[in-house]
Amino acid sequence: MTAPALSETEYQPPKRSWYKRNEIKVTPWLFLAPGMLFFAFYVIFPIFQSFNLSLYRWDGLGAAEFVGSENYREMFDDPAFFTSLSNNVLWLALYVFAIPAGLFIALFLNQTVTGIRLYKSMFFFPFVISQVVVGLVFTWFYDPTFGLLNTLIGWVGLGPINVLGDPDYVTFGIIAAGLWPQTAYCMILYLTGLNAVDPEQIEAARLDGAKGWRMLWYVIVPQLKPATFIAFVVTIIGALRSFDLISIMTNGGPFGESRVLSFYMFEVALSEYGFRMGYGAAIAVVLFLIMFCFIAYFLRSMYKEEKGR
Amino acid sequence: MFPTPIAKTSRSWQLTYQSMLPVALILWLLPLIAVALFSIKPAGDFSSGDYWTLPSRFAGFENYGKVFLESDMPRYMLNSVLITVPTVIGCIVLSSMTGFALGVYRFGANLLVFFIFVAGNFVPFQILMVPVRDLTLDMGLYNTKTGLVLFHIAFQTGFCTLFMRNFIRALPVELIEAARVEGVAEWRIFWFVVLPLMKPAIAALAVLVFTFIWNDYFWAVVLTQGIESQPVTAGITSFNAQYRAAYHLMSAGSIVAALPPVAMFFAMQRHFIAGLTLGAVK
Repeated sequence: MTAPALSETEYQPPKRSWYKRNEIKVTPWLFLAPGMLFFAFYVIFPIFQSFNLSLYRWDGLGAAEFVGSENYREMFDDPAFFTSLSNNVLWLALYVFAIPAGLFIALFLNQTVTGIRLYKSMFFFPFVISQVVVGLVFTWFYDPTFGLLNTLIGWVGLGPINVLGDPDYVTFGIIAAGLWPQTAYCMILYLTGLNAVDPEQIEAARLDGAKGWRMLWYVIVPQLKPATFIAFVVTIIGALRSFDLISIMTNGGPFGESRVLSFYMFEVALSEYGFRMGYGAAIAVVLFLIMFCFIAYFLRSMYKEEKGR
Repeated sequence: MFPTPIAKTSRSWQLTYQSMLPVALILWLLPLIAVALFSIKPAGDFSSGDYWTLPSRFAGFENYGKVFLESDMPRYMLNSVLITVPTVIGCIVLSSMTGFALGVYRFGANLLVFFIFVAGNFVPFQILMVPVRDLTLDMGLYNTKTGLVLFHIAFQTGFCTLFMRNFIRALPVELIEAARVEGVAEWRIFWFVVLPLMKPAIAALAVLVFTFIWNDYFWAVVLTQGIESQPVTAGITSFNAQYRAAYHLMSAGSIVAALPPVAMFFAMQRHFIAGLTLGAVK
């Protein structure tokens, strides 16, 4: 016969489907797809839409009218914008005090005495409560007629001061309220960080005669670097996201003196002052760009760490 | 251990420390203690101006009873539950998958995708506000719990992916490689090998996301407006408008609104703290 006998016996690899052959390459994308689609739809695209919208004038209902950089130009002549911006700077500058304050409380509580676990939890309490409730609690705390603050300073013959009604004090009053939960957060970060501090290094430093502040600064703080980084990230984000407290405690007042960009944007776009979506988006873009500087820094730090592994 | 363990210090400092602890705690929680005190005072104490005296009688039952039986508070609480629980489940489902993909596989865009999730999680809410509100309106989901839940799931997925991915990275690679050598399909590796090991991460994320979503105020205000759909954080402002100057009821209402995350925290403290430190501080 002429038919080649070889073809009958030639090795045939088992038939594998396309999926089987590419399983390792395809699987991660299958697993990523739902999460990525959701995230792109609700988070990534809206960022670009906001950028685009900031070039329009739009009341949220009718047709949007293209106005180019008009919204940004208006911003530079808007005193309320600059009040908000300078309040944002104030928030950032004062909010970071949560970090040393948290460290201080963590050092105070880093002991082993009976009931210390409960103490730690109770100190952490303010962070678990919603900012809305923190805002209400502090509004009553500051109340000029019956508030605990004025009752207390009344005993030493001071006051009364209307913290939330005074343009000079109002932002400080709200920041103080915000520092309360934020300090609790930093404290818990440092408490876990202190657990991981190398006891041998401490003993070695003690033998070398280090103690107190020098020990803290040269031996302990460098070892707490991961905790400090996270504390810094969450504090900056928290400062720039401040909205709830302002909305609950003063609604931006008195005379708009306690506004920050996040609150002012909301006011412009979604309140009785008119639905100025385009202008609101422009303010949001500025806030985003400020935040982006920090985000870029965080990502760079994370990138270095990833590469260092 | 730093500072010096209290047991190794002088007797007098030990006593000072022991007595400082409760004093410090009371000072720290003073605003909260004040509210708790308000919530058990009878209305009469406020009208007679006795704000800071001890309650003339214990009125806790009637104040809290009023909040639960006569106000809209239970409805708002129910809304909060119906928003929070589906969000927690959705986030965990999505992020255990994204975390698995980014934690286990090495491919070119891995780090890029990961950083997009991380960066998105940090953006200010306001840059999303107008488009997301618009999107929700277009889908007919404005002022519904579903609209709020869908957005929350999407946004929290960023944070959850960060957490899950870092957690999976810390798992032993050998387990997965051994399974591959055995010829186990990839999705089975996810389901039978990795998922069971992720239980602590899932627990941590569940409590954390629960707290974040329960306490959310901004999106509640942007995406909902009525009693049918508003969670308790937004509802409490209408509650307070209804009981203006009735401090005993407003205090009781605030405490009720704040309680579920607090209970969650105390029940699952260890997981909660592991979550807050992003799993990075061990």
